Amino acid sequence: MSTEPLAAEHAPEGRVFYRSQILRRQLILLALVAALFVSLCVDLALGPARYSLNEVISALFAPNSVSQQARVILWEIRMPTALMALVVGASLSVAGAQMQTILNNPLASPFTLGISAGASFGAALGLAFGVAIIPTAIEFVVPINAFLMAMVTAFLIHALSLKRGVTVETIVLLGIAMVFIFNSLMALIQFFASQQAVAAVVFWTMGSLTKATWPKFWLALGILIAVMPLLARHGWALTAMRFGDAKAESMGVNPRALRLEVLVLVSLLAAIAVAFVGTIGFIGLVGPHIARILLGEDQRFFLPGSALCGALILSVGSVISKSVIPGTIIPIGIITSLVGIPFFLFLVLNHKKASW
Amino acid sequence: MVTLQLTRVSARYGRQVIVQDITTPRFEGGQIVALLGPNAAGKSTLFRRILGLLKGDGEVAIAGTRSERPVAYMPQDTGATAVLTVYESVLLARMQGRNLRVQNDDLAQVERALTELNITALSDRDIGDLSGGQRQLVSAAQALVQEPDILMLDEPTSALDLNRQVNLLGVLRRLADERHMLILVALHDLGHALRYTDAAMVLENGRLITCGPTEEVITPALLREVYRVTGRIESCSRGQPQLIIEGAV
Repeated sequence: MSTEPLAAEHAPEGRVFYRSQILRRQLILLALVAALFVSLCVDLALGPARYSLNEVISALFAPNSVSQQARVILWEIRMPTALMALVVGASLSVAGAQMQTILNNPLASPFTLGISAGASFGAALGLAFGVAIIPTAIEFVVPINAFLMAMVTAFLIHALSLKRGVTVETIVLLGIAMVFIFNSLMALIQFFASQQAVAAVVFWTMGSLTKATWPKFWLALGILIAVMPLLARHGWALTAMRFGDAKAESMGVNPRALRLEVLVLVSLLAAIAVAFVGTIGFIGLVGPHIARILLGEDQRFFLPGSALCGALILSVGSVISKSVIPGTIIPIGIITSLVGIPFFLFLVLNHKKASW
Repeated sequence: MVTLQLTRVSARYGRQVIVQDITTPRFEGGQIVALLGPNAAGKSTLFRRILGLLKGDGEVAIAGTRSERPVAYMPQDTGATAVLTVYESVLLARMQGRNLRVQNDDLAQVERALTELNITALSDRDIGDLSGGQRQLVSAAQALVQEPDILMLDEPTSALDLNRQVNLLGVLRRLADERHMLILVALHDLGHALRYTDAAMVLENGRLITCGPTEEVITPALLREVYRVTGRIESCSRGQPQLIIEGAV
């Protein structure tokens, strides 16, 4: 070492490998986009009235070339649901990815931190008793309650995390405590609610894309589009957070400020997603882990990769939910848990390199 | 040339004062200053105070800087599990505060840092697969790649084998001599301090016990009173001071 000259000596092999890695990741992102398009088309094709992929593609790019009935079914009925799957999947996955990053914990996600449970509790209040946390039009009571409770949970966790001596491990434990608290409150609501209301609450907590409408889709998409660049501009700092607070600080990052900003942004993503389609678990856990295995943790690729993986998982989940029992759409939350987790375990157990 | 001077500097975590009343002479670029003292003496806290991460009274005066980020700090190793290669990890340190577009100059600086620390062979390895000693060298590269005027390293040799310890300290010596960096390094090995550093500060219980040229600071009395060991310093055949530890007090 000491015999090496001080002047810059290029290490072409290092740069060549780095460049090839960048190219590989760009290709993986492109492949994910292509897979997403295929999945979207299949999702649109499936339903009580089945269409071929050719018909779907014609309806997408030349709507006048298909029958009016096909146009109405594909564009007005199936499209909002199919697109909502992409946006919700992307939102939950990005939320999970950044929670894992800022808390430096592989188990962090909107589901495990209690944000989804908080949203479910808010929704249940509206569904069972018609309680509106803030006065609003009757059709928005459930999503707004869910949104508000999700945000309250996120801020509660953050406020507790600011207490002296609280570590990132403690924050995850706080999240788990939140899950138990809200689950207990949900049980209490179901105990006092009418049978009809209990059925509505249970269905809501299963998570279903059939709640999607165009206005909800545009709002969820708008928030995702607004949040992504705000996260992306912290790309280097977020990547540094994976080295721990002390190391990130030594690189000039302010971990506390960054953690607060990112927690607010990702809570917003998670809250909107849960508010519109109910509780869909595990996307926020599985999406980022798959993205991490495929793309590593350089946020320039990990952030879009997480969004694409989450979107793809939920879109494929939507396809499966329509295919298992012909004519019946199984709530997507059930599918993501049943299919996502074994797939996740398969990936983690069969992947030679550490994914965390 | 960069200079650093501390005047009545204290540092606190919340209301708890960890380091107090530290006053030093003016250190200059080209010098290596050893930060010595037993465990929990306040060495890491003082580094964090100089970096501006902790609040406290007194003045940290840094002048004559040329770099955008004049002070780089290598904290003690706490492990890393990020799914990143060594090359990416060093690039990451370089890119903090910059936009997402990586320039060729940034890559050249990464390669320079890796070359200087003789770890180019590790470029493609995942950071999580490295040994503690290898991680420590990557950590040093992360500090070096920032092209600082003042480089602070917190126990950089603690996980290195003897060969790598000597090599790393040799690299620091060259950086000080050829790039005129001011280097502050926390060390437990007083023999290394005697051989490679120009000045030394000794902390105990958050206070500065003594500060000056290393040869004058490390004395049998210091060994006995601060480190609780008996020993002596002798000149070797090449005239360099050599530390001989005899036993614990």
